[in-house]
Amino acid sequence: MLSVLVLVPVLVAGLLVALPSGRLRALRSLALGAGIVELALALYVFLSYDSNLGGYQLVERYRWLDSLGVSFHLGVDGVSAPLVLLNGIVLFTGVIISWHMKPRPKDFFILFFTLASGVFGTFVALDLFFLFFFYELAVLPMYLLIGVWGSSSDFGTFIRTKEYGALKLTLVLVAGSVLVWVGLLAMYVEAGVGSFDLLDLEAAGMSVGVQRFLFPFFMLGFGVLAGLWPFHTWSPDGHVAAPTAVSMVHAGVLMKLGAYGLLRVGISLLPEGAHAWAPVLIVLGTVNVVYGAMSAMAQKDLKYVVGYSSVSHMGYVLMGLATLTVVGMDGAVLQMFSHGIMTALFFALVGIVYERAHVRDITVFEGLAKRMGLTSAFFVVAGLTSLGLPGLSGFVAEFLVFVGVFQTYPVLGVLAIIGAAITAVYILRLLGKVFFGPLNPKWEKLPDATPREGFAAAVLVATIVFVGVNPGFLMRAIDSGVQALATRL
Amino acid sequence: MVDYKLLVPQFLLAGLAFGLLALDLVLPPARRRYIAYLGALGLVGIVLSTISLRGQEAALYGGLFLIDNYALFFQGLFLVMGAVILLAAEDHVRKFLGHAGEYYGLVVVAVLAMTVMTSAGELLTAYIALELLSFTFYVLSAYATRDLRSNEAGVKYILLGAFSSALLLYGISLIYGATGTTYFRGIAGAVGGTLSPGLLLGLVLLIAGFAFKAAAVPFHMWAPDVYEGAPLPTTAYLSVAAKAAVFGLLLRLFSQGLLPAIEVWRWVIVALAAASITVGNLVAIPQTNIKRLLAYSSIGQAGYLLVGLAALSPQAVSGVLVHLAGYAATNLLAFTAVIAYYNETGHEQIEDFAGAAERAPYLALLLTIAMFSLAGLPFFAGFTTKFYLFTAAAQEGLLWLVGLAAAMSVVSLYYYLMVIKQMYIHPSRHSPRLRPGFVLTGVLGVLAFAVVAIGVYPGPLVRFIETASKGLFS
Repeated sequence: MLSVLVLVPVLVAGLLVALPSGRLRALRSLALGAGIVELALALYVFLSYDSNLGGYQLVERYRWLDSLGVSFHLGVDGVSAPLVLLNGIVLFTGVIISWHMKPRPKDFFILFFTLASGVFGTFVALDLFFLFFFYELAVLPMYLLIGVWGSSSDFGTFIRTKEYGALKLTLVLVAGSVLVWVGLLAMYVEAGVGSFDLLDLEAAGMSVGVQRFLFPFFMLGFGVLAGLWPFHTWSPDGHVAAPTAVSMVHAGVLMKLGAYGLLRVGISLLPEGAHAWAPVLIVLGTVNVVYGAMSAMAQKDLKYVVGYSSVSHMGYVLMGLATLTVVGMDGAVLQMFSHGIMTALFFALVGIVYERAHVRDITVFEGLAKRMGLTSAFFVVAGLTSLGLPGLSGFVAEFLVFVGVFQTYPVLGVLAIIGAAITAVYILRLLGKVFFGPLNPKWEKLPDATPREGFAAAVLVATIVFVGVNPGFLMRAIDSGVQALATRL
Repeated sequence: MVDYKLLVPQFLLAGLAFGLLALDLVLPPARRRYIAYLGALGLVGIVLSTISLRGQEAALYGGLFLIDNYALFFQGLFLVMGAVILLAAEDHVRKFLGHAGEYYGLVVVAVLAMTVMTSAGELLTAYIALELLSFTFYVLSAYATRDLRSNEAGVKYILLGAFSSALLLYGISLIYGATGTTYFRGIAGAVGGTLSPGLLLGLVLLIAGFAFKAAAVPFHMWAPDVYEGAPLPTTAYLSVAAKAAVFGLLLRLFSQGLLPAIEVWRWVIVALAAASITVGNLVAIPQTNIKRLLAYSSIGQAGYLLVGLAALSPQAVSGVLVHLAGYAATNLLAFTAVIAYYNETGHEQIEDFAGAAERAPYLALLLTIAMFSLAGLPFFAGFTTKFYLFTAAAQEGLLWLVGLAAAMSVVSLYYYLMVIKQMYIHPSRHSPRLRPGFVLTGVLGVLAFAVVAIGVYPGPLVRFIETASKGLFS
């Protein structure tokens, strides 16, 4: 089942290569079909995960390179199952949002599905070779996705071109993955079991000194993708330059790959190293929260606000992981899911506004709610999730993270709450300025979201509300996964 | 008594080379393209006779010439490369070069020379084979007789090549003086953990000579000029085949002849590797000509291969062989795509590739695949083979060097992306669609398939290579 989940997108990409480029209808049907299949498979994977049983489930293992100790080994646990579901949802909505992608829609979907394969693969790989393989596969298409279909930002005195954003994102992420790679090889040699299999390495164990030496490789390497301060600058630039669906997947899911890798490889395989470096990680995470929020407050470009808000919210994930407590890590994983859906929604809505108004400057908008009722309503939900309103998914996640942080580093907890307060300021200010108040006559003719776009956003909103009122749906799985992990700490 | 059955591939190669030369005399110019097709067919046929020899272990002519899985792996690799070059070159030779029969004949002679190089069990046999290879390449480099750059490339190559051959020969004579033998196994018996000054000097000269042939920094100066000036198919051939042959020879020499003294020479190879990786990748950045870009990138790739040579365990040797196979498929794909583009447009500057995604979507896609594979991104050969090679090197305690190589592959990604950027992001300055020929398209498809196959399912290839490299150490 998992191998199907991973391979379908890349097979679809292969089919698309063979498809003549003029066949728009066939192209869209194929893309939508793949999106639906992937969503159904992801849902199936999540629902069939048995929280009472715990451990790795739906395991598949095929021989690949015996001499190196690499096998195509897949499985999900309580941490990865919700993230698979997250990717299924975001991917599906991303396909719907990119329905009218221009130019060269075929090439776009080829790269988009390659990206999807990479993301699914990273979440379900139980072999570090393949984890790294898919991790890199997810970065590979980004340059073209942003460079060809992205948009440049004009700051008046200077321009941030899409090529700049694309190049920065790609090179920074690949540089991060080099650290991961070197760390993996060092781990392989030090563990001395001649295997890249996660389970073998878990069993092998490494000396405290080695763990402490290796942990920073993963903390920084995976941290780069998770938006860890001060290596986060690729994220706003890259996500702003990217086309809507790519921002959705990248900010929504790909940044979680970083946090997931940190948890799966860093914390779980190097627990002693994690204990030694947790204070550093949590301080950096706190800077993420506060600095990201303050940067978001200073932005004039709607998309940059969302970009920096992602940096800020990923800070909660990093803080939660760094507490190394069950409740904190529970919160972190739930925050990954919640933030993924929320950011995807944000980027989808910003995309809808930008597509119609062709500007993203907050200062030029006023009272859009009068013309774009649906879009505005969804935007308000996303905003309220972002500032942690109870009843929506963000609240539960952040609450758990705060509990974990106050148990371990109360001072930083206070700072993080200040960060949350700043979030409230910039979100409410943004909502008030852009959507409410008198309508600027310039936007008299702005049409609302089409039913197609509305549907995509509604799926995301429904997920947010559902998880907000019924967090147990995800938490049972997450907790079973985190509990198992925590026994290693 | 020499068992001539084992030499059938070499005899057939020599026959094929002269046959192609002779065909040129009898075929009318309009039909000379069939010489290339016939040559490729012949080479693929000879692969069959190579395959039939697998598993054989023999030392012919008293150990001058060795047949084992290691030699046969390289034999197969060179034969396939030769066939690809013939098919990729045909269009180019017809449009820009002339003297088709001689060109194809020389390509086959080079294959013969390379198979002897990787079978040699003794330094002078290796040297003669290397000289045969070098001479064919001197001619192939200067083949565009009316093109000044090509002439310059030929002259530069022959002067510097002769100089390096002299170094090599001097090194061999010193080694012979110190050990009394030129057989690899004999040298291994004569050297211990320490080396006498004469032997040390001989070894240094030997390494310098080979480093020149493999275009490793600081002996790389000739490569960018020769690569740029030589006709495109020659450059393609030079960048993959010549490099593979030199490494095939070096691995055998070092593992069978110099392994006891590994602590003495390892740092030299490590230094060459580090310098090649760093300089090759950094200097590639400002290049504006695609051939020069690929020249510097191939210097960087030689550095990765040297990492494996420095590690020199059975697994590291397998790593080098796996990486060579992947690199050969990838670089041939890149060059064949460039040849196809050049044949239609006559341009080879990187900026001339602007808008290629619109003008020739298939070519652009395949060149992109090649670039990603060279940069070591997954799904393609480069990722898997580099991972294998670096894992083997890390196990021998060269983790820091692997770290440097991995860091430099980020740099390499930058300049490969610049090519991709031209093709996909920049608008075209010329409009007409390009339609590369049927044969070129087919060759490109096969190479792309190989690049992906090695990337996702390397098992069978790796298993054969592992038996080959284990044999080297027994």
